[in-house]
Amino acid sequence: MKKRRFHLPLALTWIVLLFLIVPSLVAFPVSVTNQNYLSFPDGEISWKHFENLFSSPEWISSFVQSAIVAFCSSIVATIAGSLCAVGLWRLSSQLGEIVRAILLLPLIIPSIISAMAFYRLWIPLGLIDSYAGLILAHSILALPMVLITVSASLANFDFRLEQASRSLGAPMFTTIRRVIIPSIQPGIFAGAVFSFILSWDEIVVALFISKFSVFTLPRRLWNGMRENTDPTVAAAAVILITTTLAAMLAYNLLAKRASRSTAQ
Amino acid sequence: MLVLPVTAAVALLYIAPIINILFLSVTDPQPGLGNYQKLVESDTLIRLIWTTIRVCLITTFFAVSLGYLVAYTMMHALEGQRRWMLSILMISFWISVLVRTFSWLMLLGRTGLVNETLISVGVISDPIAFVRNEVGVLIGMVDYMIPYAVLPLLANMRGIDPRIMSASRSLGASNLQTFVRVYLPLTKPGVIAASLLVFISSLGFYITPAILGGGKVLMIAEYISVQLLVTVRWGTAAMLASIMLISVLLLMYILNRFMKLGTIFGGDVR
Repeated sequence: MKKRRFHLPLALTWIVLLFLIVPSLVAFPVSVTNQNYLSFPDGEISWKHFENLFSSPEWISSFVQSAIVAFCSSIVATIAGSLCAVGLWRLSSQLGEIVRAILLLPLIIPSIISAMAFYRLWIPLGLIDSYAGLILAHSILALPMVLITVSASLANFDFRLEQASRSLGAPMFTTIRRVIIPSIQPGIFAGAVFSFILSWDEIVVALFISKFSVFTLPRRLWNGMRENTDPTVAAAAVILITTTLAAMLAYNLLAKRASRSTAQ
Repeated sequence: MLVLPVTAAVALLYIAPIINILFLSVTDPQPGLGNYQKLVESDTLIRLIWTTIRVCLITTFFAVSLGYLVAYTMMHALEGQRRWMLSILMISFWISVLVRTFSWLMLLGRTGLVNETLISVGVISDPIAFVRNEVGVLIGMVDYMIPYAVLPLLANMRGIDPRIMSASRSLGASNLQTFVRVYLPLTKPGVIAASLLVFISSLGFYITPAILGGGKVLMIAEYISVQLLVTVRWGTAAMLASIMLISVLLLMYILNRFMKLGTIFGGDVR
């Protein structure tokens, strides 16, 4: 009897979940429309908008720039964030908690305020509209992601392993490299993937601190959306989502494999 | 020794300029509370703040209600279904706000897919205005915010012992009574945490109101960007940013007392 009562919430939940996912994927059918305006394909599928996309120097350069920025930001954030997580984990004092709270701020503060802060400081530093400026900004924004994922891994790490390594005479650097890092690898990897996606999708800060020489994919998408009507923009959106989904999928597969290998 | 250089870099490159914004709000164009005074004098700013709060409250209400339904069902669904539901939530959590807003624009615009379909089927003769008004902004924001509501609720519901509900039922309470008088009060911390998280995140929304509101629904974030990039008035922008910043940090502090941030996002990492 209880099972039957449950049908209604279950059905409603699936409607909500479809509301979450289906509209986001509307770019897929629109990108293969055979018309020249935003519409569903009318009978036949056409790849011409993808051809337009890949033969446009502007879109290609935005694609490459986004990839460079996201890749570099992810590396910087992952290294800095992992080091911080390990350091804070060993500290675990009142001061450590305050530092942790400060490092988490970029996640909490609305991106428009972060954008403002970077914009104001990047002008005198000459970082406006440069790779270095955007990578640095995205790295700071992504740092909390890495801190959270690596800290979660560290919470399951037995600190006696570290003591054992040190008491057997390994210097701290060796302990970190050979004992700590291998056991928190899943957290580091998760942090790297999440920070890549964060930078890859990031638009608000990019709107403020990049103008001409660095013009990321979300930035060009933003401009395209405002002019509307060209399905090439939908094709670009498909590329943007597909990359995010591919990164998520890769992460899930590797995480599954990692948990299987530790189970054995 | 590991933490120091990174913390110093974040403090210098991020925290310092944010404090500078607070400073600018009382010094630019001239020292004093002139910028804050505008808040009571200017009709535009009053309307702006009111619109922002109204949109955020409505978004919070719908996102948390729908999120509650989803979280509740997930807790009681079979393992296989639950995994699917979680995957969908995570996918939508990670699809960029830009793409999702663009999708809604394609669907709901004047010549969007929904209007075209309804017209060709003959249900309506003139397109319904879904975008360039508050309805469009709300649809986009609620859609984006539901996963943010579900995560804290799930974290909270996971901690509830199902035997409490069995006890209530075995003592003669009906399913509805058990839900209203036992389950709902137990999930109160989750509801509060979810509401605060959604409200905080909505406050700073920029992309969705800018695209789906089409200039008709002006919220604080968009106004700040216009002040900075078009009219270049740092004082007013800094004042609005300071108000937003202080509200967000204050609400975050309250949220943290109900649920540790790590618990919420811990749920999505795993």
